[in-house]
Amino acid sequence: MSGAAYFASFWLGKLSLKALPPSAIQWFGASLMILVPLGIALLLSVTHRWKWLYHEWLTTLDPKKIGVMYIIVALAMLLRGGADVALIKTQQALSAGSNAGILSASHFQQIVTAHGTIMIFFVAMGLMFGLINLLVPLQIGARDVAFPFLNATSFWLFFGGMVLVNISLILGDFAATGWLAYPPLSELHFSPTVGVDYWIWSLEIAGIGSLLAAINFLVTILKMRVKGMNFMKMPMFVWSVLGSMLLVAFAFPILTVTLTLLALDRDIGTHFFTATGGGNMMMYVNLIWAWGHPEVYILILPAFGVFSEVVSTFARKRLFGYPSMVWAIAAIVLLSFIVWLHHFFTMGAGSDVNAFFGIMTMVIAVPTGVKIFNWLFTLYRGRIRMASPLLWFIGFVVIFTIGGMAGVLMAVPPVDFQLHNSLFLVAHFHMMIVGGVVFADFAAITYWFPKIFGFKLNEKLGRLAFWLWLIGFLLSFVPLYILGFMGATRRLNHYSASLGWQQLFIVSAVGAAIIGMAVGVQILQFAVSIYQRKANRDKTGDPWDGRSLEWSTPSPVPFYSFAKTPQVSTRDAFWEAKKQKQTSTPQPYEDIVLTKNSPLALVIAGGALIFAFAVVWHIWWLAIVGLLIVIATIILRSMDEHTEYILSASEVERLDRAYLKAGGLSK
Amino acid sequence: MSANDTAKARDVSYDVLVSAHQPENVSLRGYVIGFIASIILTLSAYLLTRHGGMSKGVLVVLLSGLAFSQFIVQLIYFLHIGKEFAPRLKLMMLAFMLTVVIILVGGSLWIMNNLSHRMNMPSVQQMTNYMKSQDNL
Amino acid sequence: MSELPNAADAVEVLTRHKNYSNLTRTAKLIAKHDADTRTIFGFWVYLMTDCVLFASLFAVFAVLHNNTYGGPTGAMLFSLPYVLAETLILLSSSFTCGLAVLSAQQRHKKRVLLWLGVTFLLGASFLGLEVNEFNKFVRMGDSWRRSGFLSSYFTLVGTHGLHITIGLLWMAVMIGFVFRRGITDLVLKRIRMLSLFWHFLDVVWIFIFTIVYLFGAIKL
Repeated sequence: MSGAAYFASFWLGKLSLKALPPSAIQWFGASLMILVPLGIALLLSVTHRWKWLYHEWLTTLDPKKIGVMYIIVALAMLLRGGADVALIKTQQALSAGSNAGILSASHFQQIVTAHGTIMIFFVAMGLMFGLINLLVPLQIGARDVAFPFLNATSFWLFFGGMVLVNISLILGDFAATGWLAYPPLSELHFSPTVGVDYWIWSLEIAGIGSLLAAINFLVTILKMRVKGMNFMKMPMFVWSVLGSMLLVAFAFPILTVTLTLLALDRDIGTHFFTATGGGNMMMYVNLIWAWGHPEVYILILPAFGVFSEVVSTFARKRLFGYPSMVWAIAAIVLLSFIVWLHHFFTMGAGSDVNAFFGIMTMVIAVPTGVKIFNWLFTLYRGRIRMASPLLWFIGFVVIFTIGGMAGVLMAVPPVDFQLHNSLFLVAHFHMMIVGGVVFADFAAITYWFPKIFGFKLNEKLGRLAFWLWLIGFLLSFVPLYILGFMGATRRLNHYSASLGWQQLFIVSAVGAAIIGMAVGVQILQFAVSIYQRKANRDKTGDPWDGRSLEWSTPSPVPFYSFAKTPQVSTRDAFWEAKKQKQTSTPQPYEDIVLTKNSPLALVIAGGALIFAFAVVWHIWWLAIVGLLIVIATIILRSMDEHTEYILSASEVERLDRAYLKAGGLSK
Repeated sequence: MSANDTAKARDVSYDVLVSAHQPENVSLRGYVIGFIASIILTLSAYLLTRHGGMSKGVLVVLLSGLAFSQFIVQLIYFLHIGKEFAPRLKLMMLAFMLTVVIILVGGSLWIMNNLSHRMNMPSVQQMTNYMKSQDNL
Repeated sequence: MSELPNAADAVEVLTRHKNYSNLTRTAKLIAKHDADTRTIFGFWVYLMTDCVLFASLFAVFAVLHNNTYGGPTGAMLFSLPYVLAETLILLSSSFTCGLAVLSAQQRHKKRVLLWLGVTFLLGASFLGLEVNEFNKFVRMGDSWRRSGFLSSYFTLVGTHGLHITIGLLWMAVMIGFVFRRGITDLVLKRIRMLSLFWHFLDVVWIFIFTIVYLFGAIKL
């Protein structure tokens, strides 16, 4: 190697001008990734908002603000993942027979991988953690989470992972391996570019963020509930989060290990999953699904919690079968660890193994069914208000039940042998994750929006968005069931015209376009609602006649959450208090201990991002710098013993009165 | 209840709290017992392996038993599990973790051994012989 | 929304009002004690997740331990007396770490420094022995590149070693902390957590010792 080449490879690793995007579509994506942050930066400069951004958002340790940031990032990534869909669907609608479509095969596979990765890790997980941050402390009557600094670190690590995925649009490529990157395809021999490394390291740092967040919320729920709220008096959303966080805490370490082993295979030449050298690639599939199946329930459990809250509020009835709901969650938590093999029935295991996991998969449908019936019985004879959160619920029941039945069908191993890797499967899991998780998140955003921002979202546009979503979604995914039966496989970028699939692919693309319109209407809904915020102002703090503690605070929730510690003696504490017309017994204001802002969480995640980026490109000196930043910042933070401040009782009283006056809330 | 009464009630409850949390404090006796028991168990495992002279199957069962005993000893005397009051959250976490670990490790071994059995994968010796024949070692 | 107070205002208000406390001393102590038990419980939950991490590596080792691919087996590589020495050193460090907690409980600064120092030295010698063993294997040509078995061996034992390294770093910082600031409540809490971490690593080592080394030696 010449001196100059050695110099370049030391300082830049594998990075060179060749890393820039090769095609026009990729250049377009890359310029968007550069222009959007630049545009935001320009906007902030013009409006002199940098200081505001730093003090109110970047350094905040307030879970309510962190929750809002999670949701903003997740919605932005929904648009990114949606743009991927537009390309995928266009390609599939066009590329029959002699027409090669608009994308090269490799680029198409990268887009499909990015779509799956982004939608699961940065949209579904982001929305979920956003809601958890916003709601869990409020619902259990706590002013903060157990470890506020750790919470901010979790968010910024999630953010760092998101940034790394998007950097891959500008420099280098992304994995073309499918969203779980099975070896040997994802090994260095078959995927020599940095794409798989981007995939590994963005999930690694986002995954560690999720793990830390799970520990935080487990401790928060188990140790910080307000006095009087025992386990069987917790709101159902809190129960579902407890189940979900248990799964995160005990499943994500498996992901961390699996990704690390793949990285070791690629970077230092180990033989874990290689085709030669004594590796066992099926061990990767085994491990990734031992994490991956709990992950599905990690996403869906909080969605169940959201619907439990929405249904009982809009039926104005207490949730039917509360104890059975709790047991259903517990059963799902345990069973979700015993079904992972159904993702690879076709691996070649014996009938004993396949039968066991097939039966377990059918069994897990039972507690899920219990929950569906409980919601329906809650609605039965309730005083129902058909507001848009409840519409999302109805759409969810229809789609989730169809998708769930398809899932039980595939739990039968011989049937799965036929349907494995087909579009039937793709239709199934989209019905579970979009119909289940995403619909729940939209319901939740509509339902809790006034609590966080102080005004309701526009209901008309919300309903329109729902109907467009429902129609578009069915139109887009029902054809995939049929195509799956006809033999169309997933990640298909080209097919023979004689198969007669093209019409169905076109129908599916039209459905996707309608979903695109629905998202457009949702953006419009936000814009219109913000514009009309004075008219839609929520002055009561309780716009939906809610049942749990968060509705007892003024809207928007003050930074200290509760001026006085709430009193809880029953389930649906706030509802019972309202029913008994019990104006809270005069309680004195007390000093409140709050956590000071800190920029160090951002610095830690920044160090982690630098480390991950450097490892992707093999720039070892930079990796060490990143690691040192992380370690030094943690030590620095541990030296600081004055991380809290006290808000005096008199100050709380003054602020509370100001809030009550501003909100027109009388107590 | 006036603010003063609340404060008094808290004073009392703090005393209760402090006395209730005494078990958090550890004692020298526990550490010494744990240390000696661990040394004995480690040495027995070592000596059995080197000089035991029993069949492999028996040895594996014995070694697993010794490891498990030492695990319990260290849990009790070093990690002080079982000393907390209800709800025993630490213990519950430990139990759930052990469940997951048993499912994960046991399940993986069951699945992968079943697979290698059905795929007729070669044994270590067969693989070594094959490698040697290929490499002319 | 601009007329509503925000967090920055509140901090500013605080600096104006010095006489804010209407909490009794004990009420504050309760709050602090609650926070301390929360932190230790949170750390316990973290340790449980770390157990799953090690369990995954054990599962990989169990699946790959026969895949020697013509390379050496465990029985050919490992020297049991050497590993026994490592084990006893780590076990002793676990004991001395417990003594450090005892001394911290009695607020005995010098003894805390002594026992933390001894624990650090024992931990460092354990790590030294491990690195030396790795180095020997690599120089003989039996590195992690040699076979699936060796990949999983180096990764499982190496991950434990990495945890030990982090523990040593933490211990060094704690020694500095105790030296500079004495035994405060915060220091006591952190020494408790550090000792949990250290004992936990010893527990993991029991299984590495048994499954990797002893089972390896009897050519399972």
